[in-house]
Amino acid sequence: MSGNQTRGPRPVFALFGWQGADERRENRVIVNRSLTARGESRGVCEGGGSGVIRFENVGLRYGMGPEVLRDLNLRIDPRSFQFLTGPSGAGKTTLLRLLFLALKPTRGLITVFGRDTATLPKADLPALRRRIGVVYQDFRLLDHLTTFENVALPLRVLGREESSYRADVVELLKWVGLGDRMHAYPPVLSGGEKQRAAIARALIGQPEILLADEPTGNVDPPLAKRLLRLFIELNRLGTSVVIATHDIGLMNQFDARRLVLHEGRLTIYE
Amino acid sequence: MSEAAETRTRHPARGAGLAALLPRRNTRTRRPPGAPQMGPIVPAASIASRSLTMVVAIMSFLACLTLGAVTLVRDASRDWQNDVTRELTIQIRPVDGIDADQEAAKAASIAAAQPGVASARALEQWENAKLLEPWIGSGLELTDLPIPRLVVVTLDAPDAVDLSALSARLAAEVRGASLDDHRTWSDRLKTMANATVIVGFSILGLVFVATVLSVVFATRGAMASNDDVVSVLTLVGAEPRFVAREFQRHFLLLGLRGGLAGAIGAALLFALLSLTIGRSFATPESDQVSALFGQFAIGPTGYVGAVAIAFLIAVMTAVTSRITVYRAIAGGI
Repeated sequence: MSGNQTRGPRPVFALFGWQGADERRENRVIVNRSLTARGESRGVCEGGGSGVIRFENVGLRYGMGPEVLRDLNLRIDPRSFQFLTGPSGAGKTTLLRLLFLALKPTRGLITVFGRDTATLPKADLPALRRRIGVVYQDFRLLDHLTTFENVALPLRVLGREESSYRADVVELLKWVGLGDRMHAYPPVLSGGEKQRAAIARALIGQPEILLADEPTGNVDPPLAKRLLRLFIELNRLGTSVVIATHDIGLMNQFDARRLVLHEGRLTIYE
Repeated sequence: MSEAAETRTRHPARGAGLAALLPRRNTRTRRPPGAPQMGPIVPAASIASRSLTMVVAIMSFLACLTLGAVTLVRDASRDWQNDVTRELTIQIRPVDGIDADQEAAKAASIAAAQPGVASARALEQWENAKLLEPWIGSGLELTDLPIPRLVVVTLDAPDAVDLSALSARLAAEVRGASLDDHRTWSDRLKTMANATVIVGFSILGLVFVATVLSVVFATRGAMASNDDVVSVLTLVGAEPRFVAREFQRHFLLLGLRGGLAGAIGAALLFALLSLTIGRSFATPESDQVSALFGQFAIGPTGYVGAVAIAFLIAVMTAVTSRITVYRAIAGGI
């Protein structure tokens, strides 16, 4: 976990709020305050021993069916980068859904930002979700909103004024190469453009961890390569990244930790 | 992880920014002038929401119409009862050797002396003839026939009249007199009017229940097409309160639009009806109609009720959408 100290100049990001460490710290302070205000401690903070997300003996079954995931033990550290892979139907998407709190495990313990999800009050979920950025396999962009509005959505639902985040959104859209498509609606975007819009939406809230489900599944190899570099760059700026993919070629382009799911069990290659 | 970190430090793209790697296009930072404001989070128009507006408008129209009809019937029945109880008839059967006309005059003066009586008048011979005309034809000499004489008594305060005292006095002083207070008629009419009003209110109740159900189900149908919006908003970290508020506002406006359209339609129809029926006065048909329905005027109750119905339906639409949002969100984790 030492490689992130050597960062080069970031002219583009300097415009977008990534440098925005200040703002980001502010956001965290707000989250912290809102959590402690309810009389709960946040437990272990990022950088501590438990990581951003921790799984202990996690198992999941749908209804009365067999266990889809068995005995998962996993720790995702701050600023770490990992691929989640495995054959189709091995449970990658299910594992991701556990990671972004859309599912509850049938057994075992999941800790997200130091908080046990089993005892998490529902009211705290939105605040936790805002610290996790998710890129869905099917993008899940809203067709009646422009690219700009889709990307701005995570900030808009906080009730913020458009003028307060417009520059950030424009900057990020340019960063992902959608600068001239911001007023287009998703139905007229190409697969690659939708993909990048979905990534931008996941990043706009400056999440501490980014989860991406097959982010290169719909794009050609050159664009896949560029998207991978985007994720690497993002990771270098301090965000933990989990990329679910079954594209061996993509994984071979970057040497990172691999989480391999096979028949519901997880093997980790550091 | 140090291996990965090393790879990262070697990366050629470091520092240059990803924009350099992605195709450069003609970028613009400012929204072009005239570009639309932020679009509404809830899609403004969908087929489902248009049909919901239609359902709301139609149900509101029907509910207002029923309310109007029921108030009309209630007012008319009140008028009938009033008219009937405001009149009495004294009948004087002809008795041999006694001048019926004289007895009738006496009865009239007795009745007129009663408290609560406005006037009492014995019908003239020709009036009797006119009443009997449908049965015995015209041009007959009635003086020879044993025709009972009638005294019409109109009351100004029906409650103040002591009917039994009047009837006892008439029996004692006027030969062959009997008092008909129309009670049989009035009782029957009252029963019928009450039954009509009860049926009217039952129909109104049923229409309300049907309105509530169809508005609730149409709202849920319209919400189903917005499932995706709700789940995306939730997954990007929106508070349920925020999502509920957005939908509630959208559906309140939609319900108001539909509800008011229906209410205004019903009000216009009533105005039109009362105008046309008012116009055709002084014809025998319209006299019959106005005898039955009174002036065919929807009082303020009807109009206020119509507006109230429109607002009630709008609020119902909004509340249903709110509940649906909370249910959808609770259905998640």
